[in-house]
Amino acid sequence: MISTEPNLVLVGVNHKATPVEIREKLAFNQVKLEASLEQLVSRPEIAENIILSTCNRVEIYARVDDTDQGIKLLKDFICDYHGISRGSLDQYFYSYTDNQAVEHLFRVSASLDSMILGEAQILGQVKDAYSTARASSSTGLVLNQLFEKAFNVAKKVREETGISERGVSISSAAVELAKKIFEDLENHSVMLVGTGEMAELAAKHLISYGVKTVYVASRTYERAVSLAQTLNGCALGFDAFKEELYRADIVITSTAAPNFIISKEMIEQAIDKRKNKPIFLIDIAVPRDIAPEVNDLENVYLYDIDDLQNVVNANMEERQKEAESAMEIIQQEVTNFNNWFSTLDAVPTIVEMRNRAEMMRLNEVDKTLKTLTHLSDNDQKAIHQLTQSLVNKILHKPTINLKKKTQSQDGHVYLKAIRHLFHLDD
Amino acid sequence: MDKISFNLSLFSYLMASLAYFVYLAYRRPLVSTIAGWTVAFGLLCQTVTIGIRSSQTGHGPYTTSFEVALFLAWLMVVVYFLTEWKYKIKDLGAFVIPLVFIVLLFSAFLSKDAALVPESEEVRFWLTMHRTLSIMGYAAFSIAFAAGIMYLIQEHQVKTKKLGIMYFRMPSLEVLDDLNFKVIMIGFPLFTLGFMTGSISNTQMNLPFFSWDLTRTLPLVATWLIYSLVFFGRMMVGLRGKKAAQGAILGFVTVIGTYFLHIL
Repeated sequence: MISTEPNLVLVGVNHKATPVEIREKLAFNQVKLEASLEQLVSRPEIAENIILSTCNRVEIYARVDDTDQGIKLLKDFICDYHGISRGSLDQYFYSYTDNQAVEHLFRVSASLDSMILGEAQILGQVKDAYSTARASSSTGLVLNQLFEKAFNVAKKVREETGISERGVSISSAAVELAKKIFEDLENHSVMLVGTGEMAELAAKHLISYGVKTVYVASRTYERAVSLAQTLNGCALGFDAFKEELYRADIVITSTAAPNFIISKEMIEQAIDKRKNKPIFLIDIAVPRDIAPEVNDLENVYLYDIDDLQNVVNANMEERQKEAESAMEIIQQEVTNFNNWFSTLDAVPTIVEMRNRAEMMRLNEVDKTLKTLTHLSDNDQKAIHQLTQSLVNKILHKPTINLKKKTQSQDGHVYLKAIRHLFHLDD
Repeated sequence: MDKISFNLSLFSYLMASLAYFVYLAYRRPLVSTIAGWTVAFGLLCQTVTIGIRSSQTGHGPYTTSFEVALFLAWLMVVVYFLTEWKYKIKDLGAFVIPLVFIVLLFSAFLSKDAALVPESEEVRFWLTMHRTLSIMGYAAFSIAFAAGIMYLIQEHQVKTKKLGIMYFRMPSLEVLDDLNFKVIMIGFPLFTLGFMTGSISNTQMNLPFFSWDLTRTLPLVATWLIYSLVFFGRMMVGLRGKKAAQGAILGFVTVIGTYFLHIL
């Protein structure tokens, strides 16, 4: 059967409506994923399928013969597979068909459906799900095209909107700021004053972006040494850090000191020694460690924990706004996908091809019958029948093969060829 | 013909400026690509204009105020392309190309008459050296000016902790500061050489080597002093960041002022 709709269905649960206790029960084991995919695709009702199972969502995308039946089948499959009764789960499932399913996948891949809007991890997970499905041959023409398209959409959204570029955690906002001050973090150094957990996290983040030189100072020298070891840095005595301050491009303070431990004068001296090379100071201690007037100094940038939190909040809002322009891109791409699918549709071409043949047959038969005036009505009828069955016979195989071929990877090539050979587009 | 190509380049720079603004605001990669090609087309048209003009006058485009503006705009685009190629700062276009457009638009209102050329070959040589070197210096300074403005915008945002759309669009302070310094490092020696060859051409024309002319020489000296402060300040005492950006902006404003004093 050739359908004018892709007959795509999607059944799933996600973090929005389904608590983690349920999600974890429904998750598909990555190791056994191939077996699950094969089990599904062996069902005659299911032509193609892909299972996406992450900690935030479990979704099955499939192309089926009948969408209503397909949805029911997928729900049953998820429940049976995990040995849970369908009744208790029905309230959590969402299901979409065709356009809505396409839009949903594009939204998921572009990270518009994620817990943290714009996070990058989900795209990798969708890619993994796709390659596993491809490896176990459970996908075909339509799902392949759909998922490849989804990756392009995700890329486009990331490039053309600011959805992923704004850090939404304290340490990522801090890294972003550091990169806006120093560009390349590789040749820059960081000094930790105090060994708070947040400071350590921020330092690790900076190191992952290339910072190589790390100094750690703490009131307890042993803690400085042990943290310096984890970070592959160099420990400083608490009194020594003031002298060494000028060495650091980025300073993160997190001590429990009740008063400011870094004064404006200290930074003034450090910046002089640095010949005005900028310093980025991150004060995540409460009460604060660095005197706020330090920020008045030129080439010195001081952010305390509230400043960073404000940046994070503003970034969250910005991501929301960017999500709207991302939706415009997605809607356009859903249309593009539909256009692609409609090129696969063989029915209109077959109808046109047959109409064209019938027109020719009638023309020719009329011409002939005009010259053969002696024929009786029955004879004329017989000639009509003969020519009709001739045309049918000639077109039968091409019709069948065209229907078959349009379901394959290069189906559109056949359609194009037929339209060209029969002059259907003139 | 040269009129058509002149108008085409003017129009291209206007369109490219608008496209770069759109890119700055909406970040569509296609828009920046279109803007880049539009500028390239403008540059091509302008090259045709300069070629025709030079073949008509029999010398390079640096004798009249019109020619100087035409040549400066052309070199600014060339330096812009070189910078863009080296630094990949797409948004620099939004700051440089409008400036190019203004310079070229301004030149459209200047007299198109050719100037008299000195008889002596030696004088002509030194004058040509003086003018080409100076204009090359100015083109470099214009990029420093744009980088300076971008630096101040970015610095203001990081300092006041109000991170707007420009914070994400524009490059880091370090890159902008580096660009500012590099172009001044190239522009300043060119400008200094231009200054010196100018003085030599003066003596060739039996004028004093150096004159305290209030409208001609003094502003040039002021310009030279500003850039030498930025240049040597960086080398000697680590003058950088905001002050260097401000210096680059002030310097270029003086350059523009000097030019106007010249043509008045």
